[in-house]
Amino acid sequence: MTYIVKPKNHHPLLERNNLGLTRRDYEGAVSTLCAGCGHDSISSAIVEACFQLSIESYKVAKLSGIGCSSKAPAYFLNQSHGFNSVHGRMPSIATGAAMANHELLYLGISGDGDSASIGIGQFVHCARRQLNMTYIVENNGTYGLTKGQFSATNDLESKSKYGDDNLFPSIDLPSMAIQLGASFVARSFSGDKDQLVPLLKAALSHKGFSFLDIISPCVTFNNHNTSTKSYDYIREHNDSLSRPDFVPSGKEIVTEYKTGTSIDVPLHDGSLLSLEKLSENYDPTDKIKAIQNIQESQRDGKVLTGLLYADPDAKDLRDILNVSDKPLNEMDRKELCPGSEKLEGINAGLK
Amino acid sequence: MSNADTRYLFKRYNTWWVKVAVPKTLREELGYDLRKSLQTHDLDKAQELRWEVVEQLKAKIAQAKSQESLDLFTVPDQPVIQYVPPTDTANPQYYHKIVECQHACPAHTPVPEYIRQIAQGNYNEAYMLNWESNVFPGILGRTCDRPCEPACRRTRTHEKSVAICRLKRVTYDYKDDIQTLIPTPEEGNGKKIALIGGGPASLTVARDLVMMGYECTLFEKDPQAGGLMRTNIPSFRLPEKVLNEEVDQILDLGIKTEFNSEIKSMKKLLERDFDAIFVGTGAPKGRDIRIDGREQAEKNIHIGIDWLTSIAFEHTKSVGKKVIVLGGGNTAMDCCRTAIRLGAEEVKVTVRSPFDQMKASEWEIEDAMGEGIPIHDNHVPKRFIIKDNKLVGMEFEKVEAVFDANGKRSLVPTGDEPVIFECDDVLVAIGQDNAFEWIERDIGIEFGEWDMPIVDKVTFQSSNEKVFFGGDAAWGPENIIWAAAHGHQAAISIDKFCNKLDLYERPEPSTTLVSQKMGVHEWSYDNDISQAKRYLVPHADQKNALKDLKMEVELGFDEQLALEEAQRCLNCDVQTVFEEDLCIECDACVDICPTDCINFIHNDSEDSLRKNLRIPAVNLNQQILVSEELKQTSRVMVKDEDVCLHCGLCAERCPTGAWDMQNFLYQEAKVYS
Repeated sequence: MTYIVKPKNHHPLLERNNLGLTRRDYEGAVSTLCAGCGHDSISSAIVEACFQLSIESYKVAKLSGIGCSSKAPAYFLNQSHGFNSVHGRMPSIATGAAMANHELLYLGISGDGDSASIGIGQFVHCARRQLNMTYIVENNGTYGLTKGQFSATNDLESKSKYGDDNLFPSIDLPSMAIQLGASFVARSFSGDKDQLVPLLKAALSHKGFSFLDIISPCVTFNNHNTSTKSYDYIREHNDSLSRPDFVPSGKEIVTEYKTGTSIDVPLHDGSLLSLEKLSENYDPTDKIKAIQNIQESQRDGKVLTGLLYADPDAKDLRDILNVSDKPLNEMDRKELCPGSEKLEGINAGLK
Repeated sequence: MSNADTRYLFKRYNTWWVKVAVPKTLREELGYDLRKSLQTHDLDKAQELRWEVVEQLKAKIAQAKSQESLDLFTVPDQPVIQYVPPTDTANPQYYHKIVECQHACPAHTPVPEYIRQIAQGNYNEAYMLNWESNVFPGILGRTCDRPCEPACRRTRTHEKSVAICRLKRVTYDYKDDIQTLIPTPEEGNGKKIALIGGGPASLTVARDLVMMGYECTLFEKDPQAGGLMRTNIPSFRLPEKVLNEEVDQILDLGIKTEFNSEIKSMKKLLERDFDAIFVGTGAPKGRDIRIDGREQAEKNIHIGIDWLTSIAFEHTKSVGKKVIVLGGGNTAMDCCRTAIRLGAEEVKVTVRSPFDQMKASEWEIEDAMGEGIPIHDNHVPKRFIIKDNKLVGMEFEKVEAVFDANGKRSLVPTGDEPVIFECDDVLVAIGQDNAFEWIERDIGIEFGEWDMPIVDKVTFQSSNEKVFFGGDAAWGPENIIWAAAHGHQAAISIDKFCNKLDLYERPEPSTTLVSQKMGVHEWSYDNDISQAKRYLVPHADQKNALKDLKMEVELGFDEQLALEEAQRCLNCDVQTVFEEDLCIECDACVDICPTDCINFIHNDSEDSLRKNLRIPAVNLNQQILVSEELKQTSRVMVKDEDVCLHCGLCAERCPTGAWDMQNFLYQEAKVYS
């Protein structure tokens, strides 16, 4: 808990975006999470990404479940819509909201407990249905709120802070997401904003289900010597696939990568994710290779980060269901209710 | 068993470090000492590990030494990136520079420290902190030129500075009897010092030296001590009571005084048995204006500072109905406001330069204009108009300021019709000069340009080793606070001179650095940044004030206002101290910092580092704090000190205590301790 109010004063040279806002305008309340929590860095990266994309805060809906991670939406975008749902049920709320009004930008914040344990069924179907949202798992491999038990994403070889062995293998959420049909899947690290911010910007610009597994060390319960999700472990074992650079739509590409060493992933809104390859066998548009990369790095005891897989042309849930362009919440009773004649017709057809 | 052998070792938090002192000649390059962490909490282990590190550090010093001589012969063939070495925060000037109000104060008054004392209602302590540094808190709290205020960090976050000067006044206004807090002078040491002139410089020297047991004799040409503080500053700005109290406080320490005794010959004084002589005679000669009609109008033309003096000693009690004041400095402002109080009905100020280049302090101009006195800028006086042998007016030429390619200003006539103002009296306040007719030129005191004595900038000694200068007498007109600063330094020199020590070996300041952490979320300083705007000082009712020469115009803050204004201080002396060994690079400090000061970045040259920060560090007057290389990523922590609010959020959000808020108290060395 921090009791000091963050002063309104800011640096006189603080940059302004296309809306005339500063990064500070995208902040939320001062965090009540433990000092040094990776989640706070992720909040700060989201603030930075939304600022840089000149997103209008009131067009964003932040949704979360239960857990340390799910508290985080209070700490960024304090002028956005928000919904703190039941444990593990954030995907259902997001689906309902997105179907009623697809004009908002849906940002789901979940944790490893919320998504890989109690809410795994919801997560699976949300990915499978290709809901147009950005789904972030703030992954610390532990149940912080209940004093540091292993979560389902904790690695087998990792021990608890108190020396207990972990008995079960971990669930790899990005692999699942790719297999289930998510069209943008990345893994990153809360302590590497150079990588995280461009990935977030791309995920927010992508149409379809964008999934980000962000390793976010728990300073209180999972940042010890035998943890595989501590700051120093991730830094030592980080196997970065690419160095990302987000190019907003209408901007000339000026990244200076040598030919053959970069891959461009065009996004739906005309922007571009330009990736400098750090690994030879890297093609984020190839699903099979993506899964192979993940498996190989797991075998080698590394933590693979960067954009893992993207299908820029994928359909989203609204395309699949052929939903009207006009958001349902803007339709009046007449439009929403076809009338008893129509109903009778349908009923007659079912007889 | 651990033994207590801690040679070369010191402890920061729980970690043992090695420290090797750097020889003086290499300090500019390497800092005061070289340090390296042994990365152990265990003393036994540290004792074992230290020798290798000590050797390494000594080798580095030896290398720098040989490099120094090599540098003279070798020319580098290609540029090498000069990585910024870890900042040497042990150098007292590093943190001192961050406390910019204190750094800007010539006497280095510990401003944030006394402001905190005010906030806690400890007016006596606050007063004494000032008394130590600037000698005249009550006087300066009303009259100081305030070099501290433009330096205030608040001005760089787009706000008005803290009203530091007005808070200084509060320490005087609300203190109790502080007689018991004033140190007692030491027993007489048999050495005799003469002080010429009874102004702030001489009084400071006398105070400092009498504490060490010197016998000080003060010679003053006027009947009372105080110098320009008495003669040139009108009592509606500085009440006599305040002046007398603070002057007497010093004289009562046992200073011998000889009033009404102007020294007319330095030679004769040197023949008397003084061990050293201090000259603090100020710049007592007001400049005159030589234009047509000057002689005929003699009776009604007055030199500003002489006129103010004769009012101070009540020789002059009236002035004509229409008065023109020539000049744009603080004396001109005092003259015009005094004239109104003496009953003048129409007072105007004329200045040669444009309004925004006037020399007077902004607030003094404001006060004069607030009393309804018009200021006519770009008016160059041409002649006095005499009718029937009496001054009736003045003629002015209108000009405009034109700057040449080198930025040199010239005032060019606009060609407009000359302007004529009627007047009965003219007050000339166009500058002051020194006057050293009384110093013979064959007694070893050399004079240079402008007939000013040649005085050493560090020691304040003249070319006659027994004679020291300070205040306005040394390098021309300045302000009281400078006189106090000079006085302290001159006293140190005189003491060293009398003890036959090297005058250039200046004593080091005393510093302390104390953690402010009280508990998990408790800090022993108030770090909630006040969003209040600068509070205005209440003024006396103008109708009455303008009738009474002695009624003080500014009323000063009441206790409540003083508290609110004190809360605006950012506590820039509570330093953000970074301990790289404890850092886990979690970014919490980077994320929380309200002014984006903190960066984790790969080391580079200072130029590139400054450019590549989250927000470039463009203010080259402020330093950047650079850490040692960090363990996990080999980056360094770089903090731009420029707009840090000292709110402590970095330390509050740091999970490992790598950041700590520590109170840095810097006290300039005095001759007495």
